[in-house]
Amino acid sequence: MCGIAGLIHRGKSSNVGEELQNMLQALKHRGPDSTGYALYANNDGQNFILRFKVGENVGEGSTSVNEDESVYDERKKIVDKKLSELGAPIIKEEKLTPYSYRYEVQYGKDLMWFSQAIESIENVEILSIGKSLELIKDLGDATAVSERYGLNKVQGTHGIGHARMATESGVDIKSAHPFWGYPFADVSVVHNGQLTNYWNNRRALENKGMRFMSECDSELIAVFLAEKMRNGATLEEGMRESLTGLDGVFTYFVATKDSLGMAKDTMAAKPLVLYESDDLVAMGSEEIAIRSILPQEIDTYDPFDGEVKVWQT
Amino acid sequence: MANLKTAEKKTKAQSMGMHTEVLTGKTQQKFFNPDEAENFFYWGTHDVDFNKRTELDVKDLDCKQANEKIDILMSEGYGTIVIKNPQGKHSLGVGILNKLNLIFEGSLGYFGVGAIDGPIVTVKGRVGWSCAENMMAGKVVIEKNAGSCFGAAIRGGDLICKGSVGARTGIDQKGGSIIVGGDAGAFTGFMMQRGRIVILGDVGINLGDSMYDGTIYVGGKIGSFGSDAVESPITKSDIDWLTRKLKVAEIGSNVDLSKMTKVVAGKKLWNYDALEPTERKGAI
Repeated sequence: MCGIAGLIHRGKSSNVGEELQNMLQALKHRGPDSTGYALYANNDGQNFILRFKVGENVGEGSTSVNEDESVYDERKKIVDKKLSELGAPIIKEEKLTPYSYRYEVQYGKDLMWFSQAIESIENVEILSIGKSLELIKDLGDATAVSERYGLNKVQGTHGIGHARMATESGVDIKSAHPFWGYPFADVSVVHNGQLTNYWNNRRALENKGMRFMSECDSELIAVFLAEKMRNGATLEEGMRESLTGLDGVFTYFVATKDSLGMAKDTMAAKPLVLYESDDLVAMGSEEIAIRSILPQEIDTYDPFDGEVKVWQT
Repeated sequence: MANLKTAEKKTKAQSMGMHTEVLTGKTQQKFFNPDEAENFFYWGTHDVDFNKRTELDVKDLDCKQANEKIDILMSEGYGTIVIKNPQGKHSLGVGILNKLNLIFEGSLGYFGVGAIDGPIVTVKGRVGWSCAENMMAGKVVIEKNAGSCFGAAIRGGDLICKGSVGARTGIDQKGGSIIVGGDAGAFTGFMMQRGRIVILGDVGINLGDSMYDGTIYVGGKIGSFGSDAVESPITKSDIDWLTRKLKVAEIGSNVDLSKMTKVVAGKKLWNYDALEPTERKGAI
């Protein structure tokens, strides 16, 4: 089933970490396996924020293989060595869990080359790269993940999130949403639905040099949009092409450093409730997500079939 | 449950030899006895007084608690109940089988006021997916917008949305009327079997797809017709009916009803004939 939520403040910042936590917690019943956040924080914009994992959460409910934590440390050392070889000095590093890190790095060259070099290390996955994007995903509900990573004080302009019920792939971080729009900085995607032409699209995109890290069909949306943008399409153009290029039922959100978009398939088979005002857009799989941050009486609506919308900060 | 194995007095049906089996275990089967008054009692209903009014704040209640409270208030005779702070909660006001004036001061989530038989409901906000699903009778008025599957499988009554509705409005509709003041999404009237749908605004693609019977009236543009949905001339009786219903709904007073598009089933997909599948294919 899965639940998705997103919000964007226009012309101001807010505590998007806490707001998205409340929205996703209200949708917990739609997806108890894992929760993910893509928060666009008020960073200084000087350095790239690199979030990556060197292993999986093997806690209760996980389908991942247990590994000794010493393996994680070894992988982290190799990442540091690679960054040095790439000429990307680490300005700041934080160990968030035994298996995940947040680095601030200086880098001014091709991000695809950078990403391929880091991910050539076995079992290392980049969760996100960006100047404002903070992408966090882990097993557990919204509150548990937020507390684990200290998200409820993150100030920013917008964010998207996902409460996942694992259906076609494992209960693990690599299959959790959001997905980073590799290799574009600050692009993230969450999805509710099923894509039925996943393998055809995946094979075609892999032949064009795009990378997939999981077997989760939702990752296809991020890669699909990234490939369109790589070829010069705007975000909105790519989203409109996805309505015919992707087969199945879907409602998805995509965010960039200064925008938030939604798309709904032509069957309108997946739910979405939307609230829009001059200074805030909030949306989610159910109205209770919006009510968790806007308890007063508001006007909301369901976008129609085949609808694509993009808002700027 | 009565102990059927040791019951001394047989029902009239058993006395007449209509049931001869000996029940030795637990069963939910109940024999009809025309002599007993209970057969004329609609289980789960209450006698209420419309003039007896109360308010219920459901802010801190879950849907089950809220529905139980409504039931208790009805059992106490309250005929007008105002629900405060529904805040998009799911499944509020479901299964009400008696006359009642139920007012929601706010919005409902999914499956609001489903399986009702008789109440008059006003929702001053919006409703989520599947509002009034399986409604049997009564009147439901939504002041703002509604989600998808609005009025799914309703059997009777009037279901009115003054704003716009999502996809698959009136899916599997079996009777009653659905009236929408704004636009409607794709697959409106999908597989409907009876009843009427009125959309004063535009509708999306595949209108009336695979409809068996029933009528759809559209005031605005139509995205496309669904399989076996065809246009039919609008008649004076259609206009009379629309005039009456829109007056009840309190919307569309300025609409030129003679310019509405009437859509019915082409009935080429019907299986209610003696044709072999190959012959039916030829007929289509």
